[in-house]
Amino acid sequence: MTTEIDKRLVPAADRAPNSWGLGDGAAIPWEYAPAPEARDIVTIKERYGLFIGGREVQASDGETFATIDPSTELPLARVARATSVDIDKAVRAARRAQRRSWGTLAGNERAKYLFRIARILQERSREFAVLESMDSGKPIRESRDVDVPLAAAHFWYYAGWADKLDYAFPGRIARPLGVAAQIIPWNFPLLMLAWKIAPALAAGNTVVLKPASTTPLSALLFADVCVQADLPPGVVNIVPGPGEVGMSLVTHPGVDKVAFTGSTEIGKKIQRGIAGTDKALTLELGGKAANIVFDDAALDQAVEGIVNGIYFNQGEVCCAGSRLLAQESIVEPLIEKLKDRLATIRVGDPLDKNTDVGAINSKQQLERITELVASGVAEGAELYQPPCDLPERGYYFRPTLFTNVAQSHRIANEEIFGPVLSVLTFRTPDEAVEKANNTAYGLSAGVWTEKGSRILEMASRLKAGVVWANTFNRFDPTSPFGGYKESGFGREGGMHGLHAYVRLEDR
Amino acid sequence: MATPSRRTTGTAARAGRAVAARAQAAATPAARIEVRKTYKLYIGGAFPRTESGRSYLISGVDGSELANACRASRKDLRDAVRAARSAFPGWAGKTAMNRGQVLYRVAELMEGRRDQFVAEVAAAEGLHEPAARTAVDRAIDRWVWYAGWADKIGQVLGSSNPVAAPYFNFTIPEPTGVVGVVAPETSSLLGLVSRLAPPLVTGNAVVVVASETRPLPAVTLAEVLATSDVPGGVVNILTGRRAELVPVLAGHSDVDALDTWGVPDGQRKDTELIAADSVKRVLRRPTTVAEARFDWLDDRAAERPEWIAAFLEMKTVWHPIGV
Repeated sequence: MTTEIDKRLVPAADRAPNSWGLGDGAAIPWEYAPAPEARDIVTIKERYGLFIGGREVQASDGETFATIDPSTELPLARVARATSVDIDKAVRAARRAQRRSWGTLAGNERAKYLFRIARILQERSREFAVLESMDSGKPIRESRDVDVPLAAAHFWYYAGWADKLDYAFPGRIARPLGVAAQIIPWNFPLLMLAWKIAPALAAGNTVVLKPASTTPLSALLFADVCVQADLPPGVVNIVPGPGEVGMSLVTHPGVDKVAFTGSTEIGKKIQRGIAGTDKALTLELGGKAANIVFDDAALDQAVEGIVNGIYFNQGEVCCAGSRLLAQESIVEPLIEKLKDRLATIRVGDPLDKNTDVGAINSKQQLERITELVASGVAEGAELYQPPCDLPERGYYFRPTLFTNVAQSHRIANEEIFGPVLSVLTFRTPDEAVEKANNTAYGLSAGVWTEKGSRILEMASRLKAGVVWANTFNRFDPTSPFGGYKESGFGREGGMHGLHAYVRLEDR
Repeated sequence: MATPSRRTTGTAARAGRAVAARAQAAATPAARIEVRKTYKLYIGGAFPRTESGRSYLISGVDGSELANACRASRKDLRDAVRAARSAFPGWAGKTAMNRGQVLYRVAELMEGRRDQFVAEVAAAEGLHEPAARTAVDRAIDRWVWYAGWADKIGQVLGSSNPVAAPYFNFTIPEPTGVVGVVAPETSSLLGLVSRLAPPLVTGNAVVVVASETRPLPAVTLAEVLATSDVPGGVVNILTGRRAELVPVLAGHSDVDALDTWGVPDGQRKDTELIAADSVKRVLRRPTTVAEARFDWLDDRAAERPEWIAAFLEMKTVWHPIGV
């Protein structure tokens, strides 16, 4: 994911320390004028229903909840809160559609629906990007350049698989599992929806998807895309609500497959929830990725990668490079460059096209970040935050860098899910591997070195599902993504992502 | 170990030589007193008795007493997991071709002990000799089938991925780590080999809980493994009570994955609940498949690359392309 952030015009030595044009005496001769993205492309309704059987319906008990804009703390809309009665209706609708329309439809016809969806997402991309940024707090630059195009690309990629499943599993016949229950998080609402729905539909399953309760709007707008694509009713059902709604979906006896992306804690609950059944399960859970920088790395590139690794999407990324492992001999210049770079990061209005770090998704998440950062200070790590003005309203957190971090510190172990980087050091490659793997997680890792053989050696020894070498936080529909250890199991993306949605039979 | 039964119906170890012994007994006035075998655990390449000092009596299907088997304790199980964890890097680090040859050698050695296995399987499962022989032969062939996968599965399951940006991106399978295998209860040897070989061939280290009521062929398989080139600790085999051992195996945080094929239906849900505490990968027997009914002789059903894949992690590596 590119964070092609500005090239500074003035060399670091000529600038006043940590000044980026806001204070007086700044050497940078310019300021950023506001560059707000227009909101009028999106029409946000006052109320949203559930999407069941191809229609918008209200919750069986009429209950709703508010979804807010985290950059202003103001409500955007009220959304129907699904009940267990609604879940049952949605699962039945999905089952009917799987038996009567979608499951019996030829693969090449399913493919055309998915291509349609991909095209509509492309056509309505700006609408989705603006809505996504408003509901989630992520910078428009990321929703516009990353989330939405990748979501469309996922549908595009899996569309092509729908009529080629026989080639994905040689010697086997791939059958759909049936009804998939899918629960997605709030950090990439539309993209996670695409990761879940596209492969499921390509393989002939129908889905009931529960978006996160703080970010339901892009999923509900996606319902409109399904209608526009003339997708048969019941193939996609969307049931917003809090965690309990998700559990009642997972444990519904009519569900054949469960796919969850979210925290390891909830992932374990879900795994327990399906115990003793035949339901298939994939889990994409938390992470505490190490980003390892060797002394021969191209430091300026590494700095960009580190920044992209941890401050992308406010650090609210399961595969974020939240632990920087720097070889001792280059720690000092690296930290200096990092601090320099941090000073240029712009925190603020998610809808401003110049914003690098937007709003934290929710008050609850902001409190968690704040609490963990306080624990870092209390445990003796050294805190650095660049001086920058935060908007008065909204949930914001300064990009944060901790040095002098010990492996035992909470900030080095717990997933913070915020813009907080912990710097640890190592001397030898063995020590780097040892420290990197010293976690219950195993989702991703980064390696920075100019030595090819070392990259491959490190890549093979790191217990992580994705290893980014001399890059970080890249995603692609053809590239499998998922974790080792307590970061979950199963892969999303690529041919491997199909496997999670099929039952293989003998030819 | 307690004194074995004095009944003359004999042990399974004896059964291996039973035919020859009877012939000899008939020919000579004073039959030779045979040397019986002590059935022990297999942990870290050694054959310890259980640290608990307990045993339980193993009977054939016809009720005849075969031998005392070790009733492994929770401590034995933890020792086995530790042995497996230390053996894992070395086994996973061998070349795929080498692992394939090592497993093929297991088949070679079993071939040389066919008669012993036939007698033990016949005694354990109450089969007539031809049926037992078929099961043993198929178990040997199954090793050969899986051994051949060692240097091919990576090509079948791995990929290079055409990402839409200038990056070289590839996905390779890696072994998950320490795998707990609850072996089939009914098929004492063929079922066991069919569950053991898939995780083993890619480099996982395995802790097996053998069939509770028919454990003796598993111990003899351990003797084959010990004298083949499978490094000590790569396979560990415990005999004992499932109700006692399976929860410990499922709950052990250094066990990465679990094959619950042999877990009794009534114990299955609890086992999975415990396994979820450490996000274990669980390969389950479908609830629609009755353990005792599964036909291990059906190659199409019992030789499955998917069972290899169940204990693999897919690793994807990105690198920029540029000058």
